[in-house]
Amino acid sequence: MANEVSETDFGTSPDDVQFRFRDDEVADHAQVTVDSFLEQTNAVAVRIEPGDDARDLLPFLDRLQLVEVNFPVFGDGRGYSSARVLREAGYTGELRAVGDIGIDQLAYLRRCGFDAFAPEAALDEEDAQAAFARWDNVYQHAADARRPIPELRHE
Amino acid sequence: MYKYDSYDQAMVDTRVEEFRDQTRRRLEGKLSEEQFRPLRLMNGLYLQLHAYMLRVAIPYGTLNSAQMHALADIAEKYDRGYGHFTTRQNIQYNWIKLEEAPDLLADLAKVEMHAIQTSGNCIRNISSDHFAGVAADELIDPRPYAELLRQWSSFHPEFSFLPRKFKIAVIAAEKDRAAMKLHDIGIQIVERNGEIGAAFYVGGGMGRTPMIAPCIREFVPLDQLVTYAEACLRVYNRYGRRDTKYKARIKILVHELGAEEYTRQVEEEFTHLLEQGVEPPLAELERIKPYFADPAFETGLPTEIDRSDPDFALWVDTNTHPHKAPGYVSAVISLKPVGGIPGDASTEQMHLMAELSKEYSFDESRVTHTQNIVLPHVKIADLHALWTRLDAAGLGSPNLDTIEDIIACPGLDYCSLANARSIPIAQQISERFAKKGRTQELGELKLKISGCINACGHHHAGHIGILGVDKKGVENYQLLLGGSEAEDTALAKITGRGFDEEGIVNAVETVTDIYLDQREEGERFLDTYRRIGMEPFKEALYGE
Repeated sequence: MANEVSETDFGTSPDDVQFRFRDDEVADHAQVTVDSFLEQTNAVAVRIEPGDDARDLLPFLDRLQLVEVNFPVFGDGRGYSSARVLREAGYTGELRAVGDIGIDQLAYLRRCGFDAFAPEAALDEEDAQAAFARWDNVYQHAADARRPIPELRHE
Repeated sequence: MYKYDSYDQAMVDTRVEEFRDQTRRRLEGKLSEEQFRPLRLMNGLYLQLHAYMLRVAIPYGTLNSAQMHALADIAEKYDRGYGHFTTRQNIQYNWIKLEEAPDLLADLAKVEMHAIQTSGNCIRNISSDHFAGVAADELIDPRPYAELLRQWSSFHPEFSFLPRKFKIAVIAAEKDRAAMKLHDIGIQIVERNGEIGAAFYVGGGMGRTPMIAPCIREFVPLDQLVTYAEACLRVYNRYGRRDTKYKARIKILVHELGAEEYTRQVEEEFTHLLEQGVEPPLAELERIKPYFADPAFETGLPTEIDRSDPDFALWVDTNTHPHKAPGYVSAVISLKPVGGIPGDASTEQMHLMAELSKEYSFDESRVTHTQNIVLPHVKIADLHALWTRLDAAGLGSPNLDTIEDIIACPGLDYCSLANARSIPIAQQISERFAKKGRTQELGELKLKISGCINACGHHHAGHIGILGVDKKGVENYQLLLGGSEAEDTALAKITGRGFDEEGIVNAVETVTDIYLDQREEGERFLDTYRRIGMEPFKEALYGE
């Protein structure tokens, strides 16, 4: 099978990252599955699949440098919750969204705490930048630092 | 009524631009239909049998006259001169061109309206009691809470790709006029020890697996309302089934986990989220409330009317509802003329309803989940003038909550999911009973028709329900009895084998005959059914 993943080339590499909102060096570590990560005490990068529970990682946040969240199909939104759960628990490392990601998911993903994007098919640069910049304001709290409209109204 | 500030307006305007951009990318071929589909759905645009259908949100069913006029203009400009009011207090247009949809949305934005999240696997338009702020039996107006939730749920970044659609209703009276327990989340605003809070019912729904929502929390303090909703959604987003869309609604999750385990997980998430500060400030609720303050009701108004015209008297008896202010009533405009399409209104009728709401009802109207229109604040003294004008426009049918006041989905005449037609069945039933003059004699009788098991016509909740199915390529109709969407929520049961088109109309008549024959003093159809059970009806329908 062409799309079968072997343990050696698991996850994305820095070259696959199309958009990044961090100043530090791009994390370049082979990723492991959540199950493997929980068994290995030296792993620093992990890949979360939709069925994984991000809360399993919470005891190990201090040694994590890269968390990749896979979206095999963009309509499966479990990764949005995984991202927020990690950020709410204080994870500050790279949070990379990978897989079936389109222009119209970027703003939502960004708000849930993703700061790196490795879409399976490269996105139109101009359309993507327009999407990241589209919303001047937001209605609700999420994992970004944006203050929602209901708070801005009462400053 | 709620009024947009510059923030709200900017959000809606930005959405129009975003959708215009999405449409451009689709038309340029940058987006495949498969990629575009969920995007257009999240903006209420469906591809139906003959054309695109656009569903416009009417938050908690409340409209001012400028908005109703705009809906009429849109029907004229982009559709064929009609709009269809829906069971979730929205309006749908059935003949929309994709290229024109962005302009239509821009027209809507000018009157503070939108089509955001009226479809798709996201949190849908928040519905409420159509007598909110008016009904004498209400604790408090539920709409400020619905508006708070509308804002919270709009473009929610975590919950825009849920396993399935998600519907929320908010009420604040013991009497349930919004089918609250048949929603993914039903919220009842309640009072406990002098404090206002919210009871949460989670996991109700209709569709192919109807469920009545269990109460998972009797009291959530008002300053934790959004946080609790967020916890309910997060547990669902994490664990709701995604292997088959037929089991993806939250009702299945709550059912499979059990209400107790689901609640435990929600409470755990809630405790965590309380520390995250996701709740909007209480000051925001206080900001919203005055928009829903009572209009300046006059006092010392007459409460008696001249009932010498029997047609008018009948309409008053059937189509008005008590108002908390003396001298006023709420008047319900029936969109169920005999032989008509339930919930349809023409451009002219919408313009007229807008004018009448301005003249007689403090510029306000409401959409009911039974697909009618309410003028909430009408002086009793104005009723005759109002009725005269309604009647002249074909809007004076005195049939609220009767067998003619049928809920029907669009069915096979429009919908690509349907197995059978719904509208012609509704038309034939209302014609049959009107012709026999039996409508009034039958009293309150809620009849609901769905053209497939997705149950958009609420057949599970009908005193009498009809479900259209496909039987080897032929339309066939099953009959159900005993459902209720009110505070005594119940799911209807199938009588037995189905009927053809003519047979189902006859079958409805047969069961109403049994009711008339067996009813006791003061009993509605539903009460008689509950007392005597299914058997006598079955025997009359199937013999032996």
